[in-house]
Amino acid sequence: MPITPLTITHFTQTNALGKGVQASLNALQSRRSGLTPCDFEDAQLETWIGRVAGLEESPLPEAFAEFECRNNRLARLALEQDGFAGRVAELIGHYGAARIGLFIGTSTSGIRATETAYRQRDRDTDRLPDDYLPSHTHNIFSPTWFIRRYLGLEGPALAISTACSSSAKVFAAAHRQIEAGLCDAALVGGVDSLCLTTLYGFNALDLISASPCRPWDLHRDGINIGEGAGFALLEPSRTDIPGERLLGYGESCDAFHMSTPHPEGQGAALAMRQALERAGLGTQDIDYVNLHGTSTPSNDAAEDKAVVAMLGDQVPCSSTKGWTGHTLGAAGITEALFALLCLRHGFIPGSLQTREIDPSLQARIERENRPARLNQVLSNSFGFGGNNCSLLFGRSP
Amino acid sequence: MKPVYIQTIGIMAPGLVGWEQAQQVLSGSGPYQPDSLPALKPEMLKPNERRRTSNTIKLALQSIQDGLGTRCKKHDLITVFTSSEGDMEIVDKICRALDSPERPVSPTHFHNSVHNAPAGYAGIAAGSQSASTSLAARAGSFASGLLEAAVQAWAARQPVLLVAYDYPVPYPLSVPIPITRPFATALLLSVDADADTQLAVLNLRLAQQGVESRMQDAELEVLRLDNPAARSLPILQVVASGSQAELSLPYLPGLHLTVEISPC
Repeated sequence: MPITPLTITHFTQTNALGKGVQASLNALQSRRSGLTPCDFEDAQLETWIGRVAGLEESPLPEAFAEFECRNNRLARLALEQDGFAGRVAELIGHYGAARIGLFIGTSTSGIRATETAYRQRDRDTDRLPDDYLPSHTHNIFSPTWFIRRYLGLEGPALAISTACSSSAKVFAAAHRQIEAGLCDAALVGGVDSLCLTTLYGFNALDLISASPCRPWDLHRDGINIGEGAGFALLEPSRTDIPGERLLGYGESCDAFHMSTPHPEGQGAALAMRQALERAGLGTQDIDYVNLHGTSTPSNDAAEDKAVVAMLGDQVPCSSTKGWTGHTLGAAGITEALFALLCLRHGFIPGSLQTREIDPSLQARIERENRPARLNQVLSNSFGFGGNNCSLLFGRSP
Repeated sequence: MKPVYIQTIGIMAPGLVGWEQAQQVLSGSGPYQPDSLPALKPEMLKPNERRRTSNTIKLALQSIQDGLGTRCKKHDLITVFTSSEGDMEIVDKICRALDSPERPVSPTHFHNSVHNAPAGYAGIAAGSQSASTSLAARAGSFASGLLEAAVQAWAARQPVLLVAYDYPVPYPLSVPIPITRPFATALLLSVDADADTQLAVLNLRLAQQGVESRMQDAELEVLRLDNPAARSLPILQVVASGSQAELSLPYLPGLHLTVEISPC
C-alpha cells in the first residue's frame, strides 16, 4: 500500500556553500565547490573540508548560553535563514505548538565541546572544566532540545543518531508519527559540525582523501568531511499548498560490517526498493538519484551495485559530496534538500571533480550539469553500522 | 494510539540478571540485592566480533540475548535502540587520544563510537536487514524509544524489538554525567492481540501533566534514577507482578508518557 504523501512546505539549509537555500542553489548551478584545504582548529591532516564560515563569530543568544557549542551554533545559524524560524512561528499559530513534531538527526552532536574540555582538563586530577555541560552540548539529544526550546515547540520530539543516515531517517519517523496521530505537522532536519573525532577517526580508518573527493572516479580515494544543517517543514498534502512531496522512504540494514558496506549493496538496494513500494512507483518512474556517493572505493562500488540492481544503468545519478564534503549526520537532510532543489529548478548536478569514471562501475553518472524535467528523485544515505535510508521525493503538483 | 503487546522482556542490571530473576525481585517474591553484574559475554557475537566491542555494546546485547533467547542469532525484527549517553568509555578514550601527540585514534574505537554501534552489532549477529533506529532523549530516552517502537510496530504491523541501555560513565566524564550502574532492557513489542505469548498490553498517550512513577523499594528507586534506561523499571514491575496500572514516564521537557498496563 502506498503511503499518504506529505508536502514539504518550506526548507532551509546552511553548509560550506553558504547560508540559506539560494547559496546552495547558486553553487550547485555554477559548479562551485565549497571544499577548502583543512584549516580546522589545529588539525594536522592533509585533506579538504567543507567548512561553514562565520560560526566562530555567531555565539548563541544569552538565554541559550548553556547550549553553546559549534553544533548548536550551526543549527541556529541555519534556522535563521530563509525566514525559516518565522515560518515555524506561523505553523505554531496554525497547528499549535503541541501538535508539531520535531525530528532531528545528528551523528556527533556537540562532541567538539568534550574534545575541548579534555584539552583543558586539570593535568593532576583529570578533572574537566566546571563550565563543561555535556547534557546541553555533547549529548545526542542536545540539538533537538535546543531547537525545541529555541522555536518554542511543545510536541513530540525524536533525536535520531544512526551515523550518516541520521537526518534522512527523520522523514520516515515524522511520516509515521503523523500517521499515528501524535502530531499534525513536523519539523525535520539535521545538524553535524566539524570536530577532531571525525577528522582523526576517518583518518585512522584510512578513509579521508588528501584532495577534493571525486565520487565514482577511477582514482577516488576517500571522503572530505564537511558540516551542515538543514531543516524542512512537513505538512499533510492539500491541493492549495504548493511544495515538493515526500512520496516514499525505505530503511534497512546491511547486517554485514560496522564500517564497510555490504559488497553487493544488498541493504542499500532494499532501502531503495522499499521507497519505491511505499510510493507505489516503479523503477521507470525515477528520473534522478542523488547518490550517497562518498567517494571511498568500497562505498561507491557497493552503491553502484545496489543502484544498478534496483534501477538499471540508465537512470541519471550523481553525488553532490564534491560540493559540500560528507556532512555525516547532516548528509541525509542536506542531500534531500538538494534533491528538492533539482525537482524545483529542473536540473541534474553533474558529480563535481569526477573526471575518469571507474570502468568497473555501471551506474549512469552525470558529470556535467544539465537541465532536466524531473518528476521523481531518490536520495540515498548510508551510515556506519550498515544503516541505510532512501527517500523518494516528487515535484510540486 | 492503538495498544501494543509485550511479548518478551530481557534485562541486564546489577541484581536483575535476566528476566527470570528480575521477575522474582520486582514482584516482591525475593529481595533486591544489587550485586555487581557477572562478566558480560554476549554469545550472540562471534568471539572475533566480541573482542572488538565495548562494555556498552556487550551490555545492550546481553539484554537482547536474555529477551530473545536463541532467536537473537537469527531474526528479521525491526529494532529501536535508545540510550541517553551512548558509549562514554569510548568517548573518553578518543578524547584522550586527541589530546596526545600524533592523536592516535583507534579505528575500532571510532567506528564503535557511533550511537548506533550496539544496533549494528546486534543486526550483524542476527543477520537482520530490517530497519533499525537509534535514539537519545536524556531522562526520557526510554519513553522516547517505547513510543517510537510502538509507532513503528503499527506502521509496519510487525513486532519491534526495543532496546534501552546506558553504561556507567568513566571519570572524569562521570562528574557531569553521574551514571554509576549499568542497566539494559530489551522488550519485544507486537501489535498482534491474538498471539498467546503476550505478557501485557500497553496503551500509550502523551500528557502535559504527570507525576513520575517511582519504585517503592529504596534501592530500586536509586537504580531507576541513576540510569536513564532504568526509567523502564515501573513498567517492568507492573508486568512482573501481573497487575494493572497507569504509569507516568518522563519523556520530554513539559511532556510525559502515560502508560496504561494490563495483564493479558
